[in-house]
Amino acid sequence: MKRRTFLILAGVAGGGLLIGCANPDRVRARADLRPAPGGQIAMNGWIKLAPDGSVTVVMSKSEMGQGVHTGLLMLVAEELDCAWSSLRMEDAPIEAFYGNLVAFAENVPFREDEHGAVANGMRWMMARLGRELGFMMTGASSSLRDLWLPMRHAAAAARASLVAAVAGHWQCAPAEVQLQDGRFSVADGRAMDFAAAVSHLGAQPAPLGEVTLKSPAEFRLIGQPVPRLEAAAKVAGSARFGIDVRPPGLCYAALRFAPVRGGRVKTFDASKASRLPGVLGVVKCEPEHGGTGAVAVVASGWWRARQALAALEITWDDGPLAGRSTTDLMQTLTEALAEDEGHAFWQVGDADAVLAGSTRQVAADYRAPWLAHTPMEPMNCTVEYRGEAATVWAPTQVPGFARRAAARVLDLAEDKVALEVTYLGGGFGRRLEVDFVAQAATIARAFPGRPVQTLWSREDDVQHDFYRPACVAQCRAALAEDGRIAAWQLKSAGQSIAPGYGPRTAGIPLLGPDKTTAEGAFDVAYAFPAVSVRHAAVELPLPVGFWRAVGHSHQAFFTECFLDECAQAAGADPLAYRLQLLAAEPAQRAVLQLVADKAGWGTPLTPAADGARVARGLALHRCFGSTVAQVAEVSLGEGGLIRVHRVVCAIDCGLAVNPNLIAQQMESAVVYGLSAALHGQIDFDTGRVAQGNFHDYPALRLGECPQIETHIVPSAAPPGGVGEPGLPPIAPAVANALFALTGQRRRSLPLQIPA
Amino acid sequence: MIQLTINGEAREVDSADDTPLLWVLRDELNLTGTKFGCGRAVCGACTVHIDGAATRACVTPAKALEGRAITTIEGATDAVAAAVKQAWVELDVAQCGYCQPGQVMATIALLRVTPAPDEAGIDAALSGNLCRCGAYPRIRAAVKRAAALLAAG
Repeated sequence: MKRRTFLILAGVAGGGLLIGCANPDRVRARADLRPAPGGQIAMNGWIKLAPDGSVTVVMSKSEMGQGVHTGLLMLVAEELDCAWSSLRMEDAPIEAFYGNLVAFAENVPFREDEHGAVANGMRWMMARLGRELGFMMTGASSSLRDLWLPMRHAAAAARASLVAAVAGHWQCAPAEVQLQDGRFSVADGRAMDFAAAVSHLGAQPAPLGEVTLKSPAEFRLIGQPVPRLEAAAKVAGSARFGIDVRPPGLCYAALRFAPVRGGRVKTFDASKASRLPGVLGVVKCEPEHGGTGAVAVVASGWWRARQALAALEITWDDGPLAGRSTTDLMQTLTEALAEDEGHAFWQVGDADAVLAGSTRQVAADYRAPWLAHTPMEPMNCTVEYRGEAATVWAPTQVPGFARRAAARVLDLAEDKVALEVTYLGGGFGRRLEVDFVAQAATIARAFPGRPVQTLWSREDDVQHDFYRPACVAQCRAALAEDGRIAAWQLKSAGQSIAPGYGPRTAGIPLLGPDKTTAEGAFDVAYAFPAVSVRHAAVELPLPVGFWRAVGHSHQAFFTECFLDECAQAAGADPLAYRLQLLAAEPAQRAVLQLVADKAGWGTPLTPAADGARVARGLALHRCFGSTVAQVAEVSLGEGGLIRVHRVVCAIDCGLAVNPNLIAQQMESAVVYGLSAALHGQIDFDTGRVAQGNFHDYPALRLGECPQIETHIVPSAAPPGGVGEPGLPPIAPAVANALFALTGQRRRSLPLQIPA
Repeated sequence: MIQLTINGEAREVDSADDTPLLWVLRDELNLTGTKFGCGRAVCGACTVHIDGAATRACVTPAKALEGRAITTIEGATDAVAAAVKQAWVELDVAQCGYCQPGQVMATIALLRVTPAPDEAGIDAALSGNLCRCGAYPRIRAAVKRAAALLAAG
């Protein structure tokens, strides 16, 4: 968590301390949970203790592969000193109490170091609004940052209550009671386990303000490479994803979507399809929550439903994307780049004037395409509508929005809709949307009393996504005589996500400049004497959404490649050039230095197995509270095939809660980022998405995967995010290596070398 | 009616003859460990064994498998399977985990035929199994670990 953000949040909460008493409101005891079901005692909003000594953690975050369940339970086990095996989990109820404060508060279009009245006022307002609205959300690499203090504080408070109860029973001072790994003891040899301690709990837990958190030096679990909880279930095939929900009487829906994204059904004739064996019904689906219109066939099995789709006779209203193709859509972006001055996200001095007066200019134009998310588990949602109530099983990153969407479609009060979050077979931002939930509810409404599982094909998923926005950028720099940057200018153009996402998913307008359009360009750590970073927001009839690392995913490519171009123009080493731009940023320098040391920057490289020359490329990027630097080793194979052999990552993510999960997320981000950097591109052909499945929208395969190493900068600062920060540097690191290899710049994604 | 032998048990299902095995397993028999990822044999999430060989269940009609031995992740319990699962857990391979049953089944089939595969052999055998989370480096390591566990008996 960024210290400043934290302080603002604490200030809004009515004053808190960094350690010891984080924010009582986020830990509060919940009267409605005492007594909790099954004889449990709810210690506060996060922790319940059962008579058998087990500890139930109320889980407000979705597990989509990032290891968040393991990470959060570590925080509880650390401060509660319970046995690891005694921990259980249950879904958090959908309440503002469990809202994600960090991700919301962070969404302001200002640099961290900007503290004018407008910036500070907006931060205060966003933090306040976040508390008020209480949106539950897993994303923006925020889970550990969001719950680092509340979860630990909740556990420490529960521990203090237990220790007080045990001390009372033994008639000794609480300070004399030792607690380790679920076992209470005193010096005279008396001991008891958690179950016994729970039986001695009084009616009142210890006041929240009186507990102290452990210092990092006292951690025994935090900092350890604890394996993830659900590893065995995932290997056995028993972990339950959305697609695996099997309530009794389940039937299945397959869809025929309008061929153009955002289109809708004009007319349809279901008479032939309805007569096919196993078909139970046909339902028309409007484009809900930003989705595309479709006709659903419901049948006794998904294959039967899918086969029956061909018998539907449908006429379509193609909607506003009709006739649009990649070329003209990109043309709209480049026109905006030329004609719209855009919003100034970062301005220092007069970069225009410096550039105009400079005789040593560097100029380059960059671009990045639309991208689909393609998580391995296709979109799905299961809904049982019972007239007066409903149950929804959804692999979602936003349970509150999902429940609201289902309730609206089913015409039910939200508290009549029970929602269970399953494991997510990948999220990457796609499951921040609720189009598929509203659609599943629409279909289930036609089958009261019978659960319906709506499942998309891979083609549906690729062609009806909320795409990572394409973006074009114009980069200019003026170099001083010594080669240093005298002025830095980056102007980009592309669609904004927030203005669409706010109304369609959160049900609120999100106004003002969309930070996500220019993040990664305006919030970099480098210091330039004169800067202008602007973004022109373009409106297109094409839904765009949050894709892993969001704006950073392409702005880091522009920034880190163009910086390499400046280094080259200055005749400087890319590492040394970056280091001098970070004179005032020792933490950033440390990350760069670590990656350089581990990668052997500047040392000769062994040729590839086929004798091809190998070259290195470097990139650095900070986002979501962490900084990652990467060095990629790249060679070219037959036909210009780009081969990435090794990627060395260095990360400063504050205190490393679980180095195993951090390394895993670095591997994950590099692979996901390489898929996009080497293969990812969504095209539009007269309104239709040209790609449809993994054969034409390829993802990185095992044989293409580099060796990936992760090195963590030791730190005692509060944890930063780890799910996304590893992604932005990989495309520029590979592109910079390609330049070192070929002497030519690749300024467009995906990276391609002509044969 | 289609008569199948799945995980050693005789099963009879009332599915259309062209129904791919994947949907028989998932929707008729509630064997949900085998996953749907692409529907055209390009991602490997639906990998099962037919007479021991790794096969994509999403494009294999169930009717064509009468008389053959079908093994799904739920029924993969022999020594090779146990070693693979152990290696997978030891190295914490899975992230979201959705593709992992397919990865595990592909690996078991590989190790039965090639007990000590080299890098190229691993890449060739498993490049048909996509993982969007990026478990690949750990998959490579886990295949080698499983091979070592088996070699050690």
